[in-house]
Amino acid sequence: MEAEAERGNLAGVQHIILVLSGKGGVGKSTISTELALALRHTGKKVGILDVDLCGPSIPRMLNVQERDVHQCDSGWVPVFVDQDKTISLMSIGFLLEKPDDAVVWRGPKKNALIKRFVSDVAWGELDFLIVDTPPGTSDEHIATVESLRPYQPLGAVLVTTPQAVSVGDVRRELTFCKKTGLRVIGIVENMSGFVCPHCSECSNVFSKGGGQELAQHAGVPFLGCVPLDPQLTQSLEGGRDFIQEFPKSSAFPALVGITQHILSMASPRSS
Amino acid sequence: MFFPAVASAMAERVGPALVDVPPHECPGTGSDQAGKAAACQGCPNQGLCSSAQPAGPDPAIEEIKEKMKTVKHKILVLSGKGGVGKSTFSAHLAHGLAEDENKQVAVLDIDICGPSIPKIMGLEGEQVHQSGSGWSPVYVEENLGVMSVGFLLSSPDDAVIWRGPKKNGMIKQFLRDVDWGEIDYLIVDTPPGTSDEHLSIVQYLGATCIDGAVIITTPQEVALQDVRKEINFCRKVKLPVIGVVENMSGFVCPKCKKESQIFPPTTGGAEMMCLTLNVPLLGKVPLDPQIGKSCDTGQSFFSEIPNSPATLSYRDIIQRIQNYCSHDRPQEERKP
Repeated sequence: MEAEAERGNLAGVQHIILVLSGKGGVGKSTISTELALALRHTGKKVGILDVDLCGPSIPRMLNVQERDVHQCDSGWVPVFVDQDKTISLMSIGFLLEKPDDAVVWRGPKKNALIKRFVSDVAWGELDFLIVDTPPGTSDEHIATVESLRPYQPLGAVLVTTPQAVSVGDVRRELTFCKKTGLRVIGIVENMSGFVCPHCSECSNVFSKGGGQELAQHAGVPFLGCVPLDPQLTQSLEGGRDFIQEFPKSSAFPALVGITQHILSMASPRSS
Repeated sequence: MFFPAVASAMAERVGPALVDVPPHECPGTGSDQAGKAAACQGCPNQGLCSSAQPAGPDPAIEEIKEKMKTVKHKILVLSGKGGVGKSTFSAHLAHGLAEDENKQVAVLDIDICGPSIPKIMGLEGEQVHQSGSGWSPVYVEENLGVMSVGFLLSSPDDAVIWRGPKKNGMIKQFLRDVDWGEIDYLIVDTPPGTSDEHLSIVQYLGATCIDGAVIITTPQEVALQDVRKEINFCRKVKLPVIGVVENMSGFVCPKCKKESQIFPPTTGGAEMMCLTLNVPLLGKVPLDPQIGKSCDTGQSFFSEIPNSPATLSYRDIIQRIQNYCSHDRPQEERKP
């Protein structure tokens, strides 16, 4: 096992969770953000590391896109989302001069920055570090998994949408987890059905059940379906706390269920 | 002491290994930072990289230029954001263009880690065949050929866990070694982002003049902020933007027929973005659950739902792209 001193800036981090998907736009950043907010509501201290270098979404979802990262003796100070410093965030979004600047980088440069993100961010004491990733199984993923390996991540949450086109890509991501020895915490099916706000009819905009089928097929836990919920999208657009503001919404129970699953998985290890 | 056979085997191994695995922070030999970046300190190749002229253009660029002489129009489909409908759009742009039997259309899927085109075009499980003149594309119809890394995988579970250089090599092969033949439209479907795949396709096609890029987005700000980056990427690499398509724009409930905004355009949607960035908006496509279903079964929704507002909007957009390619920018005016 690693000695405490060697863990450096991640020494105070209890559990590391990766949020992955082979497919883009399925809600990895949404799930990462909501997971962080839900864990915060159970009294945990959470950090989010956004390794999506070409399309960082989390700063906006937490309404901190204007903030800057500062240096301290032990490295970069992450951006704190709230006064109590219960959620901290590191993202390339904070390092760009203009928000619309394109990060046109090939793999080696991306790998170098991810290594720095893993080693040089002064997270302090955290119960959970959630790592939000870009779609695919390439440089960012290899670099993230390799540099986090010494810290034994708790595992990966895989996000998919229900349709076959998306499930196909997530199957490949499962193979990635297997090959890299990353435990799969479970699969989340996002955008699962849309309840019409006018007539309450539920439409399966992106079909239904693909995530659950995949979980069964692959023999990994199914963490639940998160429906398409305009209240959720709106809170993310405005950077508001969905978990606090909309406890009655349709997506809320699903998100809380996923959080409970992760908490129960984490507890035997922390004791 | 070495046996000569062992020594030569080792030499073979060592040679390519040095080329294949650059240091992690290596800016790359093509970069103007080559040999000068912080990471180059102490690298055995530093002298070579900093003193020599940058290695000169990849010889493949010339070969690709020759190969692409038979391709009239090249259109890239881009988006900074994932899951906004790039592949759906690419596939249906191809279907739409191929309705004219006199036109030859090809789709090249350079989403190496998440190839969706085979599924969307109903070609899952197909294999690529090798012929004397290269890899043959897989044909959906006589005048619609497709190439994707999906055709090279043996199982749907196969993950392509490749770093940038290998992905670039694959893209190069797709352009140089595929027997495309005479083509009117080559549609290139890309992964999300602004990284290896995007730089490579623009670089490799650089000498052949690309007609331009169609940018796909969804209405919400979280997507638009990534799409703005993509438009800036296009400007950086001098790739003309044909226009922006707003996909998943409003959802009409099949029961009460009232429209809802699943992905609300809180900052004015694509319309506002296009105004600010001064790029044309090609159209808006409403969310229609039938589209997703057709894609899952590999059917063209043009034939499945010919009268849906989404289909009509698609047709209008395709017409505008055709006009752009044929009228707006005559061949001789386009600079390579």
